[in-house]
This record gives sequence, structure tokens and C-alpha cells, in this order.
Amino acid sequence: MGIGIKIEELRKIYDTPPPMAARGFSFTPIRTKSPKDKEKKKFEVVALDKVSFEIRPGEVFGLLGPNGAGKSTTIGILTTRTRPTSGRAFIGEYDVWQQQVAAKRLIGVVPQRPNLDFALTAREILLFHGAYFGQSSKERARRTDEILEKFKLTDRADGMVRGFSGGMMQRLSIARAMMHDPEVLFLDEPSAGLDPQTRLLLWEIIRDYHRLGKTIVLTTHYMDEADALCERLAIIDHGKIIAQGTPQQLKSSIPGGYLLRLRFDRVPEDMPASLRALPGVSEVRAKDGTSVDVYADRGGPLISPIVNTAQAAGAELHDVHISEPSLETLFLHHTGRSLRD
Amino acid sequence: MNWKTFYAMLSRDGHVARRNLIPMLVQNLLQPLLLTMVFGRILTSSGMMQGAYKNVLLPGIIAISMVLSGIQAVAMPLIAEFQFTKEIEDRLLAPMETVWLAVEKIIAGMIQAMVSGLVVIPAAWLLMGSGVNLSFKQPLEFAAVCFLVALLSAAGGLTLGCSIGQTQIGLMFSMVVAPMMMFGCAYYPWSALASFKVLQYAVLVNPLVYASEGLRGTLTDVPHIPLLIVIGVLTVMDAILLVVGLNRFQAKAVS
Repeated sequence: MGIGIKIEELRKIYDTPPPMAARGFSFTPIRTKSPKDKEKKKFEVVALDKVSFEIRPGEVFGLLGPNGAGKSTTIGILTTRTRPTSGRAFIGEYDVWQQQVAAKRLIGVVPQRPNLDFALTAREILLFHGAYFGQSSKERARRTDEILEKFKLTDRADGMVRGFSGGMMQRLSIARAMMHDPEVLFLDEPSAGLDPQTRLLLWEIIRDYHRLGKTIVLTTHYMDEADALCERLAIIDHGKIIAQGTPQQLKSSIPGGYLLRLRFDRVPEDMPASLRALPGVSEVRAKDGTSVDVYADRGGPLISPIVNTAQAAGAELHDVHISEPSLETLFLHHTGRSLRD
Repeated sequence: MNWKTFYAMLSRDGHVARRNLIPMLVQNLLQPLLLTMVFGRILTSSGMMQGAYKNVLLPGIIAISMVLSGIQAVAMPLIAEFQFTKEIEDRLLAPMETVWLAVEKIIAGMIQAMVSGLVVIPAAWLLMGSGVNLSFKQPLEFAAVCFLVALLSAAGGLTLGCSIGQTQIGLMFSMVVAPMMMFGCAYYPWSALASFKVLQYAVLVNPLVYASEGLRGTLTDVPHIPLLIVIGVLTVMDAILLVVGLNRFQAKAVS
């Protein structure tokens, strides 16, 4: 049957620096309460600004956005690790903040950075995780063997995780999150830092888990990953959802589909209008005096008319970049900047 | 309350403690035993100190090892797990209210403190040689003081562990632990400070004073702060550290 997720008007404002996962890694200073701090306390970061969306039971849902967009904060709130400033979040029927224990039973979480228990071996990590979730010793021994095998960790099962490679730690993190067979699996940037082979194994595992009817929520800034795995996507930037739908819907929502990023020596005033008049062009955006973004239903065939138009207007074309219809183009269309910025 | 989860976490800490038993014992007991060797054996045997000093010293040594091991058992893993490795996350995600995880840490710390105390009593006794007169005539009071001291160290460890940063660990030892040990009436009875009036009253904020004096009172006939006061103050200090520690833990557990 599966468990759905609902988020209503979620806001999160950090008045201290946000947690590591949400801002890349650095050292956390300890807040001390001295009178001077009152002036300093103007520090405020709006990580989420009235975000609402719904994830259907049994769906693979992707949160796509650049670093610092609010993805990890959203996951943090849904997994009880971050307190929302206002708004509500539900896992199934449980309010995540009010009924934490019930919500925690339903979820498995793969963090952005592996946080494995370094004092234990791989096998013990799984066994104790099962015990935390109340599994009987027989049941957790069986599942541990099963999962170690599935994640190709059996031969290192009794080694301390301290000595594991990054890829092995990531695999074990996912194995641990699945140990108690959660209804909803959260993966925060699951393939960051993975080699291509492990990445494919991960995708396979996610698809398998999805086939069991489980709900999967993942964040990523890889377009191909979102495209390959997710049934529905929300694109998030600066704490706001800027678009959501299936990857197909989203891609087809871009005017024209193709994006031609043009750079000239200068952009005469009437040139954008004449570019707009070219066949197949649906939108023209001029920026900073030398750049123009053209959205159109074709790519290469448009170059020659563009060069002619430019010459007629007295400008010289310096650079052309053509993007085929993709989520990247979509992101660019909505935010005016590339996902990697 | 989910006892299965709570018990599983306690077994995890027990499992890790057993795995690290030797380094842990060395870390917690070597220093007190070296002190016992120097002050309790060398200085007394050579006649530089009177033999009766052994009775003054032994309860202090027990207090120090209990307090240090409890603080270390709770504070050090917390500092690392909350800030650097984030290992604690998997237990914060277990189906149990987060405050119970802090309670579990305190109980694990108390057990370690008690074990340290239990090990150091015979060890120090043997090291000091003859002339130690310990009496266990007040078992109830002794048990009460031990319990309160163990809770003090574990709750103190929780408060410290949730208050200081990774880079401040060295500072914690030189600014909190070292003065606490030196002015904790472990090496001398509180009454010996009578000629330093200001100091005598200043050290009363130091919880180790009550730990040392309490154990002195229940184990020896050396003059000491009355037991009732010791137990009363320890109870209040425990309560304060417990409330502060649990609050800090919960504040740190969510962002």
C-alpha cells in the first residue's frame, strides 16, 4: 500500500549557522551567550520559504536543486532532525514534529555524509540498528546476512568500518537505512562521490526497493539521476519550489525546448526583437549587454539566421552554446542560473 | 517509552566499552594509581608524610577516578559524535524520544564511573601497603554517596559534552578538569584549608569537594564535611546538571 508524505507551508529560518549537511562541511562554532551576541544575532538564513508539496504513496520523488537550495533542510524536517519554524509535515498520518516516534518507525534515512558508528563492525552496525527498531535477534541476524549479501559487503562484514572506502561506507549507510524495512526511504545526495559502477548498483537497489511498493524520496543535483529514477520531481531554489511534475512534463514546459545561449560583442537595442521574429523562436532574454538566451523549437538550424540577424544589426556573434531539452535548461529557465553555480 | 530500543542502545554502549576495556581502564585508572603510588606509598614510606595520610588520600583517589571516568565516558564520545562524525544520528533516528538517548548515555556513564570506583578501591589499597583503615560501617550512606557521585560525573559529562567544541577539548582539561582535581579536596581534607579562608569557601562550588568529603566520611574516620550536607549538596548539583545537560542535549539534537 505504501505511505505518502505531505508538507504544508513549511518555513525554516536558521538563526545560527545551519547544520553541516545543509551547508557543506565546516566547523560548528558554539554559541555563547554574551551581551555582544545580541548585536551579532542578526544572522538569519531563510532555508525554506512556505514550501508545500505532496508525495504519493509508493512514488520515487526527487528534490532537485543547487547546493544550499533547501533540499537537506526539507529532508531534515521530514526525518525529525530539523525543527520547522512554521508549517507542518506528515509522514502517512503522523505529524513529524508532534508524533516523532511513530514517524521515525516508518522512515529510513541515508544521510549526505556517512555517519556510521565507528566503534562497531559492519555486521554489528546492522545488528544493532535492527535491535534499535525492536527486531528479534533471530530476525535481525537473518536480515543482516541477507542485506550484507545484497550490498556486496559480506567479505568485509566483520571489519571495523573505520577502514572502509567511501563507496563501501555509502553502501553500508544505505544497507542500514533498509535494515528495518522502512515504508519511506530518504536518500540525501545518495550518489555524491560514488564511482559510476557503485552508482549503477545504487540505482538498481532504489528501483528494486520501489518495486516493493515503498516510497522513496531523494535529493540530487545530478540531472541524469533525477531523470533516470524519479517519477515526479520538485525543483527547489532559494527555499522555494519553482516547478514540479514528472520529468517529461517539466521538460516539455520549457518554451521551445532548445536553449541557445549567445554571446555578442554588443547587443544593439532592436536585435532581441528581430531574434524573436525568427522562425521557431518562442522567447528571447537579453542579459548584461553582451549575452542573449534564445528559447526555440530547434537548435543548429537556427545558427545561420541568427548570424544574419546579428550582422544586419551590426553586432558580431562570439559564442554559441546549444542545450537540448533537459532539466538543466528548465532550471536555467526558471532561475536564470545554471544548477552548478 | 520504548524499552527495547533503550536496552539495545545500552547494550551497544556496553559492547563498545567491553571492546575497549583495556585502553579504557588505563585511561581512567592509570593516573589515580600513579598518584596513589607517589603520595600513598613513596612519600609515606620514606617518612616525608605520616602514615595516616593514606586514609585521607584513598577516598579522594576514589572520588577522582569516579568523576573523571564518568565525565570522559559521556563527554568525549558526545563531542565527537555530535560535531564531527555525526555517528549519533543513527540513534537519534531510532524510534524513541531523543531525551531517552541522553538518559541512556547518563546510565552508561554512571556504570562506568561505578566500575572505576570499584576497581580503584582494592587496587589503591594494595598499592598503599599496610596502614590503611577503611571501614564499611555505613553501607547505606556509602551507596548513596557513590550513586550521587556517579550521577554527578555522568550528568556533568553530558553538560560538558553538549557545551564545548571539538577544538576546546584541551582547554576543557586545563581549565575545568585540572583545577577541579587540585581544588577538589581529594589530596587533603576540606578542614585543611582552614588557614586559607577565601579558598576554603571558594572551593565549595567544586562538586569534587563533596565527592571526596562524602567518601571520606563514609569510609574513614578522618574529619570531614557532615554527610547530610554532602548528600544534600550533591543531590542539588546532580539535579542542576541533569536539567542543564538534558536541555542542552535536546537543543543540540535538532537543528
